[in-house]
Amino acid sequence: MGFLNNLINGISLGSIYAVIALGYTLVYGIAKMLNFAHGDVIMVGGYVIFTCMTTWGLNSWLSIIIAVIACTLLGIVIEKVAYKPLRQATSLAVLITAIGVSYFLQNMALLIFGEKPVNFTSVVNVPSIELFDGQIVISGETSVAIIVSILIVVGLSLFINKTKSGRAMLAVSEDRGAAQLMGVNINRTISLTFAIGSGLAAIAGALLCSAYPTLQNTTGAMPGIKAFVAAVFGGIGSIPGAMIGGILIGVIEILGRAYISPQLADAIVFAVLILVLIIKPTGILGKKVSEKV
Amino acid sequence: MKKEGASAKTKFFKPQTRKSFITYAMVIVAFVVMQILSSGGYISSMLTGLLVPLCVYAVSLNLTVGILGELSLGQAGFMCVGAYTSAIFSIVTSETIENVWIRFPLAILIGGIVAALFGILIGIPVLRLKGDYLAIVTLAFGEIIKNVFAALYLGYDSKGVHVSLKSLSNLNLEPDGKLILNGPQGISGTPNDSTFIIGAVMLLITLIIAYNFVYSRTGRAVMAIRDNVIAAESVGLNITKYKLITFALTAFLAGCAGALYSHNFYTLQASKFDYNLSILILVFVVLGGIGNIRGSVIAAIVLVLLPEMLRSINSYRMLIYSIVLIAMMIVTSNEKTKTFISTNTAKFKALFKREKVKEAE
Repeated sequence: MGFLNNLINGISLGSIYAVIALGYTLVYGIAKMLNFAHGDVIMVGGYVIFTCMTTWGLNSWLSIIIAVIACTLLGIVIEKVAYKPLRQATSLAVLITAIGVSYFLQNMALLIFGEKPVNFTSVVNVPSIELFDGQIVISGETSVAIIVSILIVVGLSLFINKTKSGRAMLAVSEDRGAAQLMGVNINRTISLTFAIGSGLAAIAGALLCSAYPTLQNTTGAMPGIKAFVAAVFGGIGSIPGAMIGGILIGVIEILGRAYISPQLADAIVFAVLILVLIIKPTGILGKKVSEKV
Repeated sequence: MKKEGASAKTKFFKPQTRKSFITYAMVIVAFVVMQILSSGGYISSMLTGLLVPLCVYAVSLNLTVGILGELSLGQAGFMCVGAYTSAIFSIVTSETIENVWIRFPLAILIGGIVAALFGILIGIPVLRLKGDYLAIVTLAFGEIIKNVFAALYLGYDSKGVHVSLKSLSNLNLEPDGKLILNGPQGISGTPNDSTFIIGAVMLLITLIIAYNFVYSRTGRAVMAIRDNVIAAESVGLNITKYKLITFALTAFLAGCAGALYSHNFYTLQASKFDYNLSILILVFVVLGGIGNIRGSVIAAIVLVLLPEMLRSINSYRMLIYSIVLIAMMIVTSNEKTKTFISTNTAKFKALFKREKVKEAE
């Protein structure tokens, strides 16, 4: 039963990674850049919810909505200020800028909230489910994380494939120049992508901090990088891929922690990334892109 | 003939030779100034000990970013390898080789060579990738190295060497055995060999290696690959070979930096070599100018010493660094700002020239 419990924990963590990975995959697919700051937007979302609930005493629903709005705005501002001037620049310059933004958010949070981790009150008040006379316990956080991630994947797939703005996003990711000629507003589409990605990061922040209730300025960094690993694993640019990759990475991490070594769990996750990139760089559901001269 | 002689007189050295000699002279002057300052007690000896490894590391990262054109976020991992292997060497041989001037350079060399071996091993899979993927994979390798070292227990006794990845009790060390690596607590018992003068010599050697590499046939080949892979490939350059040489060289330098770093501390944890260290050095490289080796050294010296002198801004230091990263990239890579700067510098230079002409008249 221990194995099943670990598996459930892994799927729970994996669903959170999946929500984060969706943000990476969208931005990477459309803006063709690695948004290093994505993980730190999660942390910002966590702090917004914490401030709303603990300092202002708002209820959890309202706090989450405020956090989603705040992170969406933050995502748009980051894109406008830091990334938009570099649309034509080399990928190296964009990457360094993204690292700068990530570092900026971390240190801003450090200055505002201090170094000490705060105790996050869970936003979930769903009772836990006990199976087989309490041998398997599925906590409320776990079931909510799994359900929310499935809803997000389905909703996002519908949005991208059915709506006009969603199809514009697909067009921009396929060929930016051609999309522009067809009358797609590139800047607005990229802003929309960042807005959606950052809004999802706020939800991921709520789920992550509810499941692991300590919050500090580096909370988002490691899950962010692991979620990127998940996005690459599933095939970058693919929405179902992000979900599959996220859950696999979550399960690998929890099982590695339980059966191999707690200290080496992170190393195992990164080893998976390296193996994936060597064996199948496009990931499980990724498309192959050949290089043009 | 006459004309050639005249030009040889004005350009006694090749421009690159002149450039590198100015840098060497600058390092020596900086060394003397800092020696005076530290003997006067204005800067702590800890700081001078830390400065050199950071400079060497900055040069190493600048070779990766500026010459190879790829961002490696795992350089701290190579530094960690160098730090650990050299410290183990120094601890083991501290009784057999008593002369610091023999033991410490050997330790640096061993740290560098082992790090270079890691560089080659990691480089073979990593260098097939590029851009964002390469950055994230090097970051992953750096984290793996850090995590494995943080879980490593190593000791020796009369029965031989004991290694464990699990816990101290799994090591089965005899009571009189000597423990070198203690898992997350790291290395303990490293002799404090890293003096400022050895560091300064090391920095000079690093600069000589770096400059000679950049202007060598290999260096020019690597820069050609950076600028246009397809063109470089079509003139017959072996892409993998040149990339791997550069990667191994930067790993070697990072390993040497690690050796210099570890010999400042009696105990050292692997967790010191984290992502934040990579970012700090990236700030040095970006501020000093990507591809500009002298700039990296200057930026490293200034950014290490400045916060020490202005303690009041210390809590804002990291925030300022992050803004510097973003601002530098926007200023140097945005088309509008680029043209703005180049037209204005051209105007500025023209202004000077006109004045000179007037003076001559």
